Amino acid sequence: MRVAVPQLVLRLVLVGIVTVLVQVSAVTQLQLFGTNADLMPLVIAAVGLLAGSIAGACFGFAVGLFLDLALVQTVGLSSLVYVGVGYWAGRFRELRDPQSALVPLAVGAAATAAAMVGYSLMQFLLGVEAPVSFLLAREILATVLLNGVIATPVYAGVRRVLLPALPEDPRRRRRRAYTTGGLSPLSRA
Amino acid sequence: MYDKTVRRRRVVLGLLVASSLILLTAYFGESAGGGLHSVQRGVLDVVSPIQEGASRALKPVRDLFGWAGDTFHAKGQLKDVRKDRDALRAQNIQLQAKLREQAQLGDQIALNKQYELTDNRPVPAHVIGQDPNLWFTQITIDEGSSAGVSVNQAVVNGEGLVGKVTWVSPGTSIVTLATDHTTQIGATVSESGVKGIVQVEAGHPTGLVLGSLSGKDVVRPGETVVTSGTVSKVDKFPSPYPRNIPIGRVTRVDDAGSDNQQVHVAPFANGRRLDVVEVLTKGDVGR
Repeated sequence: MRVAVPQLVLRLVLVGIVTVLVQVSAVTQLQLFGTNADLMPLVIAAVGLLAGSIAGACFGFAVGLFLDLALVQTVGLSSLVYVGVGYWAGRFRELRDPQSALVPLAVGAAATAAAMVGYSLMQFLLGVEAPVSFLLAREILATVLLNGVIATPVYAGVRRVLLPALPEDPRRRRRRAYTTGGLSPLSRA
Repeated sequence: MYDKTVRRRRVVLGLLVASSLILLTAYFGESAGGGLHSVQRGVLDVVSPIQEGASRALKPVRDLFGWAGDTFHAKGQLKDVRKDRDALRAQNIQLQAKLREQAQLGDQIALNKQYELTDNRPVPAHVIGQDPNLWFTQITIDEGSSAGVSVNQAVVNGEGLVGKVTWVSPGTSIVTLATDHTTQIGATVSESGVKGIVQVEAGHPTGLVLGSLSGKDVVRPGETVVTSGTVSKVDKFPSPYPRNIPIGRVTRVDDAGSDNQQVHVAPFANGRRLDVVEVLTKGDVGR
């Protein structure tokens, strides 16, 4: 079955723009447990899980670029980090094809940790003079935990938007292979 | 078929990573008027009205979260507040006596304070966007060059100094916060007159440090740090921050009495909870 590419791209553009605007205008100003949620890695990881590594990487690049342009930050920095996040989430799905209901939570938390550590690392490489401290690690950990809490609903939201444009429901359990017991459909014929 | 898919995937990934690196290199290589900076200005002009609309629409949700957060925060602070209350009660008795003496001067001082701020031509602005990453180094406000805002002007809110304007377009501006690693502020401890330079605390994106002190400078926890304004007698090195704007309160002093003493300052302005700020469009007015 072929992917409805233009429809998928349209939906991804919509998801990307809405995510950046909501993140910048609202989520950064909502403090929970002394930290803020970061929707970007969650949404990018969800797209990677649902649409695959290439779509995840392209989406990560585009969203990162839009974020850097909209916030007048160093162009290319977020793109580089989010390309890795989207690609990794997509490859995880392609190689492991995980079916557990906890996958969005685990992948969301891992994607957040990777994005935050990656971003901090890039900041250090680009000249921010700040040694790795307990406070920094605590902030990263708090954001990862908070993102872990909201990862599942965010994944469900992204899935709901993208599902009509995807070739198949990635969460649908594949029919178990005919390996043990009973007669195969061929021998029955 | 499999090889083709793998090849395609690797090519796409390589292209995206290469594009990011090229953009990074080009951005650092060009001047403020370069192509990428112009594109950023254009995107900011397009996105800022949408951001402004979204920011206003989502304000009730922000307020709800803010209320819940403040409630938890207030409960956690109850013990400290009770301790402060007892100390303040004792101080208050002493201050009552002084207050009577200074009652006549009070009105004059209040009036002076009011005019000092007016003399700096403050332009009120709403915060319409905030840096989403951990470092929280900048905010976007809805006033720009058409309202008289220009680069290097100080930005304050009701709590104290917020930062300075670093980017301006006709309708919006970017404010780099005092907690950014590039920001250095000439500061004075208001109680003792000790002067130094305030900058972000290494590894603590929301804390500040007052440095460049000598071993003879005595600073105590609880003292207030304010901007020192322009201290150079040479006119070509003006400070962007008018004097006597509150920056923060001293929380602790490391290696006190040595030349390497580090004074930790908790900023009054909470960079993560900014709704309305004021841009002081005129610098020091000879106060």
